[in-house]
Amino acid sequence: MAFIPHTPDDIARMLAAIGVQSIDDLFDEIPRELRAGTLGVPTALGEMELGRLMTERAVADGRPLNFIGAGAYEHHIPAPVWAITTRGEFYSAYTPYQAEASQGTLQLIYEYQSMMCALTGMEVSNASLYDGASALAEACLMAVRANRAANSRRILVPRTVNPTYTQVAQSIAGNQGIVFEPVDFDRAAGRTLLAALEPYSGQDITALVVQQPNFFGCLEEVDRLTDWAHRNKILVIAVVNPISLALLKAPGEWGAPQAGVHGADIVCGEGQPLGVPLSAGGPYFGFMTTRMQYVRQMPGRIVGRTVDVDGRPGFSLTLQAREQHIRRSKATSNICTNQGLLVTAATIYMSLLGAAGLERVAAASMQRTAELTAALGKITGIRPAFSAPRFHESVLILDRPVAPVLGALSRRGIFGGLDLSERYPELGNALLICATETKTAADIDAYAGALADIMNPSRAAA
Amino acid sequence: MSNIPSDLRYTKSHEWVRLRENGSAEIGISEHAQSALGDLVFVEVPDVGRAVKAGEACAVVESVKAASDVYSPVSGKVTASNSALASQPELLNQDPYGAGWLFRVQTAAAVDDAALMSAADYAKYLADEAH
Repeated sequence: MAFIPHTPDDIARMLAAIGVQSIDDLFDEIPRELRAGTLGVPTALGEMELGRLMTERAVADGRPLNFIGAGAYEHHIPAPVWAITTRGEFYSAYTPYQAEASQGTLQLIYEYQSMMCALTGMEVSNASLYDGASALAEACLMAVRANRAANSRRILVPRTVNPTYTQVAQSIAGNQGIVFEPVDFDRAAGRTLLAALEPYSGQDITALVVQQPNFFGCLEEVDRLTDWAHRNKILVIAVVNPISLALLKAPGEWGAPQAGVHGADIVCGEGQPLGVPLSAGGPYFGFMTTRMQYVRQMPGRIVGRTVDVDGRPGFSLTLQAREQHIRRSKATSNICTNQGLLVTAATIYMSLLGAAGLERVAAASMQRTAELTAALGKITGIRPAFSAPRFHESVLILDRPVAPVLGALSRRGIFGGLDLSERYPELGNALLICATETKTAADIDAYAGALADIMNPSRAAA
Repeated sequence: MSNIPSDLRYTKSHEWVRLRENGSAEIGISEHAQSALGDLVFVEVPDVGRAVKAGEACAVVESVKAASDVYSPVSGKVTASNSALASQPELLNQDPYGAGWLFRVQTAAAVDDAALMSAADYAKYLADEAH
């Protein structure tokens, strides 16, 4: 039994009906060089043989010690998180079509929204987006709708924002007349230069993006950036790591109060650190919160708490009139499939850890990265790049190209970090490293020992 | 039959315009439009000072079942918008031609009458649309 519903005849009839020669023709939109190509798997294998082949390949990967961060972070995920998430009652990645029939799912999303509001210091949250990068793109589109003082559609994106996020925002929003303008950073401190913003004072600008901690792991001067933006009628889009918010000031508290409100206007980011495994890059989920004043401009679904005709508490989808099934092309976004399963895991992760647990994860990660940076910084030929305070990532400058060093580390079972030299050539041989609570003192010693050996083999031998 | 005051002009997208001799135009949505939308829960009006073009979307009316753009029937500068609707969107349901007005536009040039319908034409348009 093949378990494949379509016979070759069915497929041929369907292809003929739409006037296409082969199934491969359906993928013509995707450039050849981006396709996966061959997987190196024989065309016909039994289940047992295929399982064996995959196990052999997995073993060949080994279990490397991972010190790469750069937007996706390895954290310990307590066993109950996915044991509960994969229960039948939760195990559906979709927002239910008959939403109000699924009170449990709606309550979970409502709890998730409440937690994200508490973490970010905002008033409303949506039920999630695809990932951190597309959440930034959506936040930029939202800022254009929300900032009625600006007509320019110009958005300032510091170079300290994750370059992949900037690229995704450009891909998604760039064709809608939005112009992204880079803002330079302080080479010594590793954070956005306030002086680089000055030329924009008094200009018609829609939004300023502020990533905290920034792509280098450094802490931005968020209060001064926020105040500068608001003085110039510019909305602030915060991109934050939710784990870091257990220690850092919530975006809702950034800057000085102006006209009774303060803080960022839109907060977004990647939810993966909250109980979602690295899993080769996805699926992850994006989050977005904002102030009540902008709720009608926010994309995505929102669950509200209400009472039924008999006065009993219940949950319902709210503000649906903004969504695509009603507004069609005028919808606040045409993304509506949320990342329900990942949000379920994140909500359970946050519930199990609580505020104190999240704070311990954040503090331990920060401490481990400080130890790692100090240990690697002692090696001849390596120095820390930046002076600004850090969260759980840092940048090192090597006296030689980074790629061969990372290659040598990888052969010793260590993923040593991300080579920044292509994205930031002006930094020279720059390496971005990260250590979370999952790394022990012995792991850090192992990395420092291997790197010292690779960088200075004769010394290590002596 | 829907109430269609004879002193107003109408559009195919169901806005009404009250034209004054000084070039000021008051704009709202028709009785038929508010009735089709149902109970309004939110109204977004344009900022005063904004320049609008005829046919440009510049307000949003949101009911429990739909959110629709309101298009300015004339070009000019917004001189006033109905701030009472922010807290009392139901005014638009109760009194669409009076307390439920949306915004006023000062027109620079003469309004192109041909693009707007008389009350009689609008009544006929609604009757045709119903079939």
